[in-house]
Amino acid sequence: MADETDLTAAGGEVIPPEAGAQSLREYVRAWWQQVRGGDAGLLPVVIGMVIVAAAFEIASPLFLSPGNLVNLFIQSAVFIVLAVAEGFVLLLGEIDLSIGYVAAIGGVIASLLVQADFNWPWWLAIAVAVAACAAIGLIQGVIITGLGLPSFVVTLGGYLFWFGVMIVLLGAAGIVSLNSPTMANQQALVAIVNSNISPLLGWLGLAGLVVLLGIALWLPDIRRRRNGLVAQPVGLLVLKTAMIVVAGVLVVGISNVNRSRYTPVEGVPWVVPAVLGLIGLWTVLLERTQFGRHVYAVGGNAEAARRAGVSVPIVRIWGFVLCSLTAGIGGVIYASWQGGMSTNVNGGQLVLFAVAAAVIGGTSLFGGRGRAIHGLLGGLVIGEIYNGLYLLGFQIQWQLIATGLVLIAAVVVDALSRRGAISGGTTT
Amino acid sequence: MTGTPTGSSGSLLTLRGISKHFGAVQALYDVDLDLPAGQVTALCGDNGAGKSVLTKCIAGIYRVDHGEIRWEGRPIHIRNPREAAELGIETVYQDLALANNLDIVQNMFLGRERRRGFFLDEDNMERAAAETLASLHVTTIRSIRQPVATLSGGQRQAVAVAKAVMWNSRLVMLDEPTAALGVAQTRMVLELVKRLKDHGLAVMIISHNLNDVFAVADRLAVLHLGRMVAQGDAGEFDRQSVVDYMTTGESSRGNSSADVASGV
Repeated sequence: MADETDLTAAGGEVIPPEAGAQSLREYVRAWWQQVRGGDAGLLPVVIGMVIVAAAFEIASPLFLSPGNLVNLFIQSAVFIVLAVAEGFVLLLGEIDLSIGYVAAIGGVIASLLVQADFNWPWWLAIAVAVAACAAIGLIQGVIITGLGLPSFVVTLGGYLFWFGVMIVLLGAAGIVSLNSPTMANQQALVAIVNSNISPLLGWLGLAGLVVLLGIALWLPDIRRRRNGLVAQPVGLLVLKTAMIVVAGVLVVGISNVNRSRYTPVEGVPWVVPAVLGLIGLWTVLLERTQFGRHVYAVGGNAEAARRAGVSVPIVRIWGFVLCSLTAGIGGVIYASWQGGMSTNVNGGQLVLFAVAAAVIGGTSLFGGRGRAIHGLLGGLVIGEIYNGLYLLGFQIQWQLIATGLVLIAAVVVDALSRRGAISGGTTT
Repeated sequence: MTGTPTGSSGSLLTLRGISKHFGAVQALYDVDLDLPAGQVTALCGDNGAGKSVLTKCIAGIYRVDHGEIRWEGRPIHIRNPREAAELGIETVYQDLALANNLDIVQNMFLGRERRRGFFLDEDNMERAAAETLASLHVTTIRSIRQPVATLSGGQRQAVAVAKAVMWNSRLVMLDEPTAALGVAQTRMVLELVKRLKDHGLAVMIISHNLNDVFAVADRLAVLHLGRMVAQGDAGEFDRQSVVDYMTTGESSRGNSSADVASGV
């Protein structure tokens, strides 16, 4: 046991690298043990992302062109936000099948409120749309928690119900568009996805983001060291910081290349910082607050949480509220991307892609394991498949088949790692 | 951990004439029990004897129908688990106490997280958890930040016990703490139980395992079909008399002073 290099104890227990590793070398070894033990963290999804990108790049040299990559970020945005939304209820060991159409209702309400009849300020329209979606989550959460019904069934009912409500809201025309050239609030909504940050501002924003994340990364560790607690190895912090810088430079650099043959189109789309900000906010909520801790506890062992004094029903209801609220934001992004909403929106496919993206990213279907960043990575994989197959001229059926296969693969990995964790835990 | 022992005279928790029924089923008849501070009391009984019901009455999960509960000699009512916790009564349930996906610190502070402003104060919690584990001599755990899923059964039980005693507990009740453990792990948990006693806590241990009972208990109390049939110092019992009390409710070998009728 005193041998520092032996990071697995006698019972075959696997210690996460965050706990106990003193140097980068030890960390890498502990991390590798963990990967072999079945819990690979972000590794499979990142490898998957690279493989999918490489395959599409071989099939079509356009795939990794700056123009297509920016397109990929935009297409992925809705999947990412919906995956993050679904993550809240998956963490609780529940599921919400209604968020595709709840998102659509968010998009429809925001779009309707900036039509000529209302002409509300765009930000107020978004706020009301998101609040309405949060209210939907509250209703569904109270029904599920209050009556002890399975979330699967209640939200399946919600799927149909909100689909119907969406059609009612869209009225006889079945469409609400945001393409009036004279309505500033409509243009502002569309601009979220379809306008870009100037290249200079993009670099400055990246610099600010790196400083912010750097503080968030380094400050707790500096404090831990000062308090005499085990901190992450400095080498690891340097590595993490470097990875953030590289990823940021790639995204901003690629986006700042002119991607039009005629009038220059360049810069990071506004939706990118919006999505990253949302993920940052939910990461802090889930990982740094008491509420977030209780979400993980309820998902891991609801009975233990109850006996520890956690109000399990309140946590569950808030999970559904945050899920629907986030879905509403995804719906606004969808409306912005499409320049309006119509009855063509496929909420069924959206929710399945959302669940798939969350699970592909590493969130467990069994509750208690998952992070907001899993939605980002999983959503990008779904976006890659969607974008790449479209680029190659494959029809929707092949997108569905490919996404289905990736989802099954992700669930298998999830189930295997869960089994690994359990068998690892019961060895005495 | 700062539970102060009550005076050598009265017991910390005193039950007198406790009855509890569920519908037509009478689970407890007129039960008396004393749990003194600084002593381990073993609650024995066959399946269905009423051990769990009695434990849950003390833990505030059930409310008693009749009878008196005294805390340091003062009559009290325990209406819910929160009131029990406020008094300093903690229960360690066999398997339901910990969330596997959370680490040791997170589990020990679950439901009572320390915060600095809006955010969790992880460093503060980690130090306090480490101090508690150290004071209980729980040294086999490699990192306090590893998920409970990676711990052995004995380590989990140790964490569950440490969690229970962190909160200025006065009385800790352990429900079958060694049921799922191997020999070495059982020894570790029993050592832990003795240490709780040394810290001045009243400990009640529910166990089927008479080896464990005689290894740690200062006092024995035996339930049979909802009645307290024997209670007294562990020295007044032997293995056979306990088995007799558990299975038939009486023992020819038992010292008469152990009989509950003698009172305290």
